[in-house]
Formats: sequence, structure tokens, C-alpha cells
Amino acid sequence: MSIRHSLLALLQDQPRYGYQLRVEFENRTGATWPLNIGQVYTTLDRLERDALVAKEGDDGEGHVVYSITAAGKAEVRSWFAAPVERNNPPRNELAIKLALAVTLPGVDVQAIIQAQRVASIRALQDYTKARRDTAANQRATDTAWLLVLDSLIFQTEAEVRWLDLCEARMVQQAQAAAAGSARKTSNGVTEDAPLNADSRR
Amino acid sequence: MSVQGPQQVLELAQVGRTFGEGATAVAALRGVDLTICAGEFVAVMGPSGSGKSSLLAVAGGLDRPTSGAVFVESTPLAGLGLNELARLRRRAIGYVFQDFNLVPTLTAAENVALPLELDGTSARKAHRQAADALRQVGIPELADRFMDQMSGGQQQRVAIARAIVGQRRLILADEPTGALDSTTGQGVMEVLRARADAGAAVMLVTHEARHAAWADRVVFLRDGRIIDQAAAMHDPTMLLTQAGL
Repeated sequence: MSIRHSLLALLQDQPRYGYQLRVEFENRTGATWPLNIGQVYTTLDRLERDALVAKEGDDGEGHVVYSITAAGKAEVRSWFAAPVERNNPPRNELAIKLALAVTLPGVDVQAIIQAQRVASIRALQDYTKARRDTAANQRATDTAWLLVLDSLIFQTEAEVRWLDLCEARMVQQAQAAAAGSARKTSNGVTEDAPLNADSRR
Repeated sequence: MSVQGPQQVLELAQVGRTFGEGATAVAALRGVDLTICAGEFVAVMGPSGSGKSSLLAVAGGLDRPTSGAVFVESTPLAGLGLNELARLRRRAIGYVFQDFNLVPTLTAAENVALPLELDGTSARKAHRQAADALRQVGIPELADRFMDQMSGGQQQRVAIARAIVGQRRLILADEPTGALDSTTGQGVMEVLRARADAGAAVMLVTHEARHAAWADRVVFLRDGRIIDQAAAMHDPTMLLTQAGL
């Protein structure tokens, strides 16, 4: 997530001080990605160093108000114009966990998949309910939150579908291994089925 | 044998269903316990062959279990003869299928009124209730249309209207969005959700997580057994924070 560009975009809207930026960011994204106020001030310092924002002065209550510079507006324009880069995918703990689980002996991969499936469906239920409730009482400011919820729903649904695929693949492998094992048994050689998959199905 | 509480619309107690006999017997359901109360929306998920459709058929009296008991609104289905069972199905249970199962030579209103008229309700009263059911699913203006004059999503709404007409309290839906695009499918989920919120017990069989997520409870079936359940926490803010997002 680019905090730097998000704060710049909010400053393009109007000059704001640090706490206002944090509140506005969370309002527009449904508090999905909570911002640490320390992160906000550190980022503002860097943006000022890079001449993308400038201090406007005090608002009379001790808050330092920042405004965007012409260079800052150009930076926002190029951020919106460029697609999000995918050449460095974010770390996916679930994919890493399963990749390790299938390569280690004695790990019940199917149990891992099912536990994750339950957790993911539960999350999907909550996102879906939040979306339903928000859409039913929609205010103009909710549009951004609905978009974020849709994104979370699609991501979680994709995760469940991927889990289904992993499980189906494991079952196929276990069946193939069991068939191979049976053939070898007839030749007097035995082989255990891998992956702890449930070979009944 | 268990006894239903006042709010329990559907109860399955240790239900088993086996097809065939001896060495070729296949157990589609094994010792399934499941209760659905009024106002509750339950989704059943599982891989192909896990017993989802068998569960729905047994729950709705379309098929008889080989062991265990099924109760619909406190009535044990095992004690009913074929005619009594058919009567209970028409009065208490609404079915929604993937392929709609509507009669093409009847209008939308006539399709919806059909189960009531078969049950002896006067044509005038049946059509009044059909109009109300079509209004509840959001298509009152399509009452006089024939099936070939409607989109897939509209036909599925007619099928749902037929399932809920006469205030039936148990709605059983088997992959009702299978033939629909995602937007139309979401509309069907909205209607099923609204029926549950209005007091019906809804059981949805689906392989789509997106649709199962509309339910209060998701039941996972594998090899004919319930292996897990997921109930919504209904506190998304807490969830997001816990997820570290």
C-alpha cells in the first residue's frame, strides 16, 4: 500500500494536517487499513523533503497544515495513470504455508485446507453482510467503502476457490499414488501414498 | 427420537441414505444431524459427490432416508403416506432448482399459483397470493408473461415466488444460480436472504463460496458427513483488525 501516494491524493483534495489525513484515509477505505499516526507524520516529512508538499502554517489550534505542490500534483497524476505493478507480488502466507506443508512428511494438509476454508468463509460471510448493510443504507461517502468491500469479497472468494483446487489436486494425486501402489504391490513392491490425502474419494 | 422446538422448521436426526445394496452399496449420507430454525439461512457446501443434493432431497421429502428421521415443522416425514407427504410438500416446502422447472405454457402468475390450486385453493385466492409472491421477489409487472418472454434471472425469480407462495416456511434451493450470470445470481441471493429475514428457514446447496456467504451458517459436507460449520461473526471491523489489514 502506498501511504505516500494516498496522503498526496488527499492533500490534492484540500490542505490538511496529519490527524485529519489519517481520519480521512480511514473514512474513505472503511478503516480497512488502519494508519499509524507516526507513519503519517514520517511520510509528511519525506514528502516535504521531496518538495511534493509544503507547510502552510498553523491552523490556530496548534496543527501544522500541509498543502500539495505542483510537483506533488504531478506525482498524484502519474500514480493514478500507472497500473499497480505486479512484478513483486505481496507475500502470501497461506500459499507459503501450503507449499511447505505438502513437502513435509506427517503434515495433515487436508486439515490445514479445511481450517483455512472455514476461516475464509467466515470472513466472506462478514464482508458480505457488511456490504449488504452498507448498500441498504448507502450514503454518498459509502461508495469508496463498498469498493473496498467488493475487493475483499473477490479476494476471499478467490482464496476459497484456490483451496478447493488444492484439495481436488491432492485427492487426484493420492488416487494416482494409490493406483500406482496397488500395481507395485502386485509386483511384490509397496509404496505409501503421499500427502496424507483422503484416498477414499 | 428427538422432538422439535417451536422455532425449528427442519430437523434431520442421524439421517443416512444409501443407494444400492451389498458390495455395491454407496452411502450418500451418513449420520447427518442438522437443524434449521425459522429466520435462519443455512448454506451447504462440499465437493461433487459429497451428498449435498441427496441431503436436500431427503430434507424436502423428495427422497426417503434409509436411516434416521426428518421433521418438517414438527411432522416426522417417515410417518406420512405418499399423498400426505405430497400435501405437506405443497403446503410447507418450497423448492428452487438450477433449471427453474417452470411450466412453459403457463404465465408467471399461473406457475406460481399452481401448487396452491393443486392443493385445493380457489383460483381467485391462489392468483391473489401468486401476485403477492411475485411482488415479494420484485417482479409484479411480469405476472402475465410466459417463460420465453423472460430472462433467466426473471424466470428464477418466478421459481422462487412459486417456492414461497402461500407463506411456506421451508425454502430448499439447489444451486439456484447455476444458470445465471453473477449479477443476476446476486439478485437471487438477495431474495433468499429477504425470505429468511422475513421468517422462513432457507437451505441453500451451492459450490460457490460467494453465494454461501449470504447464509448465517455454512455447513461443510464431505463423504456424506458434516465435517465442519462456519457461522458469521458479524463484526467486520473486528475481523479486519484481527486479519491485520
